[in-house]
Amino acid sequence: MTSGFPGRGALVQTGRLFALGLDVTRSLFQRPFQAREFIGQAWFITKVSALPTALFTIPFGATIALLLAELARQFGAQSQTGAGSVLAIVQQAAPIVTALLIAGAGGAAVCADLGARTIREEIDALEVLGISPIQRLVAPRVLAMILVAVVLNGLATVVGIAGGYYFNVVVQGGTPGAYIASFNTIAQVSDIWISELKAALFGLSAGIVAAYRGLNPPPGPKGVGEAVNQSVVISFVLVFLIDLVVTAIYLQIVPPKGG
Amino acid sequence: MSAGVEVVVEGLTKSFDQSVIWSDVTLTLPAGEISVLLGPSGTGKSVFLKSLIGLLKPERGSILIHDTDLVHCSERRLYEIRKLFGVLFQDGALFGSMNLYDNVAFPLREHTRKSEREIRAIVGEKMEMVGLTGDERKLPGQISGGMRKRAGLARALVLDPEIVLFDEPDSGLDPVRTAYLNQLIVDLNAQTDATFLIVTHDINTASTLPDNIGMLYRKRLAAFGPREVLLTSTEPAVAQFLTGRRQGPIGMSEEKDAAQAQREMAEIKGEPAGLPELRPQLTPSPGLPRRKAVSRRMDRVMGMLHALPSAAQDAIRDSLPDPHRREVL
Repeated sequence: MTSGFPGRGALVQTGRLFALGLDVTRSLFQRPFQAREFIGQAWFITKVSALPTALFTIPFGATIALLLAELARQFGAQSQTGAGSVLAIVQQAAPIVTALLIAGAGGAAVCADLGARTIREEIDALEVLGISPIQRLVAPRVLAMILVAVVLNGLATVVGIAGGYYFNVVVQGGTPGAYIASFNTIAQVSDIWISELKAALFGLSAGIVAAYRGLNPPPGPKGVGEAVNQSVVISFVLVFLIDLVVTAIYLQIVPPKGG
Repeated sequence: MSAGVEVVVEGLTKSFDQSVIWSDVTLTLPAGEISVLLGPSGTGKSVFLKSLIGLLKPERGSILIHDTDLVHCSERRLYEIRKLFGVLFQDGALFGSMNLYDNVAFPLREHTRKSEREIRAIVGEKMEMVGLTGDERKLPGQISGGMRKRAGLARALVLDPEIVLFDEPDSGLDPVRTAYLNQLIVDLNAQTDATFLIVTHDINTASTLPDNIGMLYRKRLAAFGPREVLLTSTEPAVAQFLTGRRQGPIGMSEEKDAAQAQREMAEIKGEPAGLPELRPQLTPSPGLPRRKAVSRRMDRVMGMLHALPSAAQDAIRDSLPDPHRREVL
């Protein structure tokens, strides 16, 4: 064992997290694919995160729409309110809501489930029976997180735009035709793709963090609770970091339409 | 039913980061016999058990089973060897989402190509062995701790393992349920002739169940040998543990200071209470075959009799059936 230096613990944990990520990626291609577990988990994660996503997006989309409408009015560009609102929701608001919910609700549920199995020694029992818990339990969960994140992102986009429409057009009395007509003035199809790609990355990273904390909870009955807490905090930091990096790269390589 | 296999452990050392759990553990689990590993809480008994099945990797030493060293073999070989093991975890470690039937059938569905009809027959047989016939449809959350342990045992036995490991089978059970479970363990040993290792700190279990006893203490294996040797031992730590008293080298934390030890010794008048009388070993329930391990063990113990302490020699002679006793005396 090497002697400690500041930050060594964090580096070791990060290394193990990536090792688990590699193991999961490898076991995604191992047969037999755990279809039943995958479908069950996808449904389970959807159940815990779909409704909160919708409820979360309505006020969030409304806030952005109201703010943009106010800004546009001050610049005298009311007719472009829809353009700004749809771009903000597709590119940022929907992925951020997805990130919050997939990490906060989906990841927490996955981490709690795996953590409970770990302290009940179910994971050890699987290994003793010669079955890899990564292939059997973790890989289907991570895959389900990715799928659900992508779907949630779609849901958040639709709900967000509908909410924006309601507040801009119905509440603030905007022109419905102009609002919808301006949708594609600066937004483009690649915005949706990058938004979905981000959601998939969020699902992947939140899934792996949740699995890692769930499989290695601190000892004792408090351990699972702590693991869930840490899993949520770590995945929040990670998904927002990924959001920043992907957005920065995207804005560099894909020229904005309006420019 | 497959017969048991010998497990040879040599110079095994395990540590987590800087702290050594135990070092240089050397022992042989004789084929088909029941061995108990004792030790105060926190001495790494469960860690030893998990090292035996390769869930934890010891730093040094070897574990030989069928000429394969579990410490140094490939991951693939390890998964192969694990199929020889049945493990009863502390709380049964049943899969919470499956009912008892599916739990017990799980290893068969994973590792064999048996038809559902064959599986039903085998699961039915094992459920009957552990006395859970009729509870197949219950979920692990709906049954008591003792039942979960028995269901876990049925699952551990379903692939006819050559080695069965028990992690504190008596924890959380009342004395009566513990007695039933111990009887079940003896009965299963008679029926399967598999090698059993039981990790516990229950004195009652240790004094009636095993053929051999070992004790982990102060990061090493303090003793390992035939039950008579340990149960008549005058080694201070072993004697203290088996009598369950405060006076002796074992403290609340792993070790205690000399002043406290002296004060406690002064509290008791005269000699500390001696070891309890040696109780006879459990025998299989009527109607079951004799344990094949008993005669093998007798040959083995007789071979080493002259090397044992005199108290152990007496105890062994007393335990012999009459015709034998005359021969040896």
